[in-house]
Amino acid sequence: MPLDTADYTYRIPGQTGDWEIVVGLEVHAQVRSKSKLFSGASTEFGAAPNSHVSLVDAAMPGMLPVINEECVAQAVRTGLGLNAKINRFSRFDRKNYFYPDLPQGYQISQFEFPIVGEGEIECERDDGSRFTVGIERLHLEQDAGKSIHDLDPNATYVDLNRSGVALMEIVSRPHLRSPGDAAAYVRTLRTIVRYLDTCGGDMEKGQMRADVNVSVCKPGAYEKFRESGDFSHLGTRCEIKNVNSLRFIQQAIEYEAQRQIDLLEDGGKVIQQTRLFDANTGVTRAMRSKEEAHDYRYFPDPDLLPLKLEEAFIETLKAGLPELPAEKRERFVSRLGLSEYDASVLAADKDRADYFEKVIEGRDAKLAANWVNNELFGRLNKEGLSITESPVGPQQLGKLVKLIEEDVISGKIAKEVFEILWDEGGDPEAIVEKKGLKQITDTGAIEKVVDDLIAQNPEQAAQVRDKPKAMGWFVGQVMKATGGKANPQAVNEILQKKLLG
Amino acid sequence: MTDFSTLSLADAAAGLKKKDFTATELAEFTVREAEAAQGALNCFTLIDGERAMRMARASDERLSSGNGRALEGVPIAMKDLFAVEGVEMTASSNILKGFTPTYESTVSQNLWDAGAVFFAKTSMDEFAMGSSNETAASGAVVNPWRAKGSDERLVPGGSSGGSASALAAGISYGATGTDTGGSIRQPAAFTGLVGAKPTYGRCSRWGVVAFASSLDHPGPLTRTVRDNAILMQHMASPDPKDSTSYTGEVPDFAAAVGKSVKGLKIGIPSEYRVEGMPGEIETLWSQGREWLEAAGCEIVDISLPMTKYALPAYYIIAPAEASSNLARYDGMRYGQRVEGEDLIDTYEKSRAAGFGKEVQRRIMIGTYVLSAGYYDAYYLKALKVRRRILEDFNAAFEKVDAILTPTTPSAAFGIGSKAKASPIEMYLNDIFTVTANIAGIPAMSVPAGLDKSGLPLGLQVITRALDEETMFSVGAALEDSAGFSARPEKWWA
Repeated sequence: MPLDTADYTYRIPGQTGDWEIVVGLEVHAQVRSKSKLFSGASTEFGAAPNSHVSLVDAAMPGMLPVINEECVAQAVRTGLGLNAKINRFSRFDRKNYFYPDLPQGYQISQFEFPIVGEGEIECERDDGSRFTVGIERLHLEQDAGKSIHDLDPNATYVDLNRSGVALMEIVSRPHLRSPGDAAAYVRTLRTIVRYLDTCGGDMEKGQMRADVNVSVCKPGAYEKFRESGDFSHLGTRCEIKNVNSLRFIQQAIEYEAQRQIDLLEDGGKVIQQTRLFDANTGVTRAMRSKEEAHDYRYFPDPDLLPLKLEEAFIETLKAGLPELPAEKRERFVSRLGLSEYDASVLAADKDRADYFEKVIEGRDAKLAANWVNNELFGRLNKEGLSITESPVGPQQLGKLVKLIEEDVISGKIAKEVFEILWDEGGDPEAIVEKKGLKQITDTGAIEKVVDDLIAQNPEQAAQVRDKPKAMGWFVGQVMKATGGKANPQAVNEILQKKLLG
Repeated sequence: MTDFSTLSLADAAAGLKKKDFTATELAEFTVREAEAAQGALNCFTLIDGERAMRMARASDERLSSGNGRALEGVPIAMKDLFAVEGVEMTASSNILKGFTPTYESTVSQNLWDAGAVFFAKTSMDEFAMGSSNETAASGAVVNPWRAKGSDERLVPGGSSGGSASALAAGISYGATGTDTGGSIRQPAAFTGLVGAKPTYGRCSRWGVVAFASSLDHPGPLTRTVRDNAILMQHMASPDPKDSTSYTGEVPDFAAAVGKSVKGLKIGIPSEYRVEGMPGEIETLWSQGREWLEAAGCEIVDISLPMTKYALPAYYIIAPAEASSNLARYDGMRYGQRVEGEDLIDTYEKSRAAGFGKEVQRRIMIGTYVLSAGYYDAYYLKALKVRRRILEDFNAAFEKVDAILTPTTPSAAFGIGSKAKASPIEMYLNDIFTVTANIAGIPAMSVPAGLDKSGLPLGLQVITRALDEETMFSVGAALEDSAGFSARPEKWWA
């Protein structure tokens, strides 16, 4: 990966000069599947507490896990989407620790042999520039249940609905160099898993959460690390657990980097530890240090056989993959002739891209992109609505674009129609018909208006002959006389002919 | 009238089908005998006469309409780590006191589907950890056998000691056990019974309380080799609920019983001749070798060089898995909880009160060998030994069809007699049996004679993975030659 693709400009000034940051993320993405990783219980969100709990999830004596093939397929699809190596051999290990929301007393995870190995994704910043991030691995593991501490001052309640739901832990290389890039990376991941339909990606529902590893270093150190792979060039890292929004990820990194810099500049040392981010105060605080860290006593789960994937299984999944955002963007540019910018904006979100592709069925893509990106997204942003909540559907917008394309209405009239669609709904053609908004393309009719105007305004007509720019006045008058319905191009041509001869 | 206490399982099933007696009569007798013996032998954790009668009456209906299944109406005792729906299951541990599963283990379901009648749960070493059945929460189980002229109470072996004790006392026609390091074969040897474990994965572990998942083998204890083949047949099945279950069909084990062993090559491993082994065991082993030779087998001296590492490897792998398997007994969802000041205190108090000493010891050993810095030296090394042991057996089975060894290095010992000894001395009971668990291959103990004080001794037959049939053929040949018919004198009721 060329180093110049990372965000280099991010520097934190300190008393001892500038500092840089190095960030790596472990993103936990809930696998979209009907049932859990090792049991048949439903994964549905929002059900009554403890209503989706099988005997296996509750760790009843003698219960055994059985792998859910769909979760394996989802992990492989995701791995393919991350351009990563799919490991034909992987294995489940037990990660042992005690907690009431962990009924087995261990989490079944993949420690030594993950199902997906190294990969790489291209991420995009808000300004459209791009950078690549290395993926170290993706592994499957069970989610824990939920401890509820605030129902009763003297008791903790446990909801096991989430216990055993499949998670994909996606581990990045420490390739992120700014809070913004970290957020952009997570956003890109979310786009990819949504495209693949392997994870809902809804961070508010906990479908995606990130553990953020942050360290700071002086300029030049990171390049040495990248050249040698030697982590000793980097600062000591702290891991911020379970951050659940893009904004919080950025805030947590900013705070944590500053904390480390202050510490170092005061002559202190960063201690490797696990920290928690408090979204209310914007502060991270220590959870446990390396010395207090759990000894998870990983060992191969003897209840499960190693996972061996057939090449054909992987090939079938590969063949069934949908088009991914990067491919879509490229197609939008090369096949539809969109600008890089329009293509990026449209491809960055699956719902938007789907909407757009419905709009352009049989229409001019560039014009459609313009309408979707400017008129529709502009209006949606203003109203704070998402694309799926748009009052104007893709078929309606598509028809509107077609009307423009076929010169039935002008762009200006189209905006009026769009307003009507937004407020009242309806069929664009019917609206145009009913309100008499059809463009006048009958040159005879336009000529008559022009002739009348010239006859009534001989002075202005004479002016135009000396100063062709003054023709604009006539255009305005024609439009006024026709209620804006005259085809602008036809008006121009006729005026040219009549006035300049 | 038939003496119900000496019937084999095969005879009981046949007698029921011929209507010589009814399932209800057999169940009544079994429950009565169980209740009468319980005070002296302490072999049951629970006797459910009501359920037994209900199942027996249903069997009688089927039998009278000629729809009796293979085990129709035959009472079978269940070791208390097989979940039987609606029946308390404790694994002989205080931590599970009062726990009643809402599910049925695959093995027990298979038995009920074959018509067997449930009547009792049998005691065991707590969580199957032990070789004497002295670690059960409900106290030591007593062996019906006593040395000549002595009334010292002896252990029945363990961990399936309750099943062995009951069956040796003439109660029930078969019993389930689990064998993690010898827990079926050693008690069978100590009580004059046939005990076998099939290939790993033949009998599902679903619904069976786990001790060490990769070593746990459900299997049958019976009075005869034929009974054993029949019972194993109806315990075994492929099971999609157990990922380690063997998916192939279960062969007709009983058909192998009585099949000629002529021409079979029998291996005698030199490494099983351990220091300090009593002369009587040595003599019995030679006797077994001669019997098989006489039956037309070819005896081959073989070497299993890794044998001496088997026990240490076993006592790393089994506790490691157990330390993790038993983490679920935390007092949070079921079983015993002792409230503490905070979460950690509650965990500690609950587990300290719920687990006995031996279980605690093994959890600590297991936790230790898996911990950072020790994993490679212990657990990983033990896994390497495991592989080497398997290679030993594979090499041996290139040359022989079965391996003959003693089952145990001694006969049954006195209850409490090893209380002051190091735990290692108890662990040595498994020295001949653990290798088959480590390799996951079939092994059975056949009663072969009595020692000089009149206590039973067993010989062990080990065969290739998935070749239980040869094990049953050779076992039956030994049984024929030994003509073992001794019974303990009935002193307990």
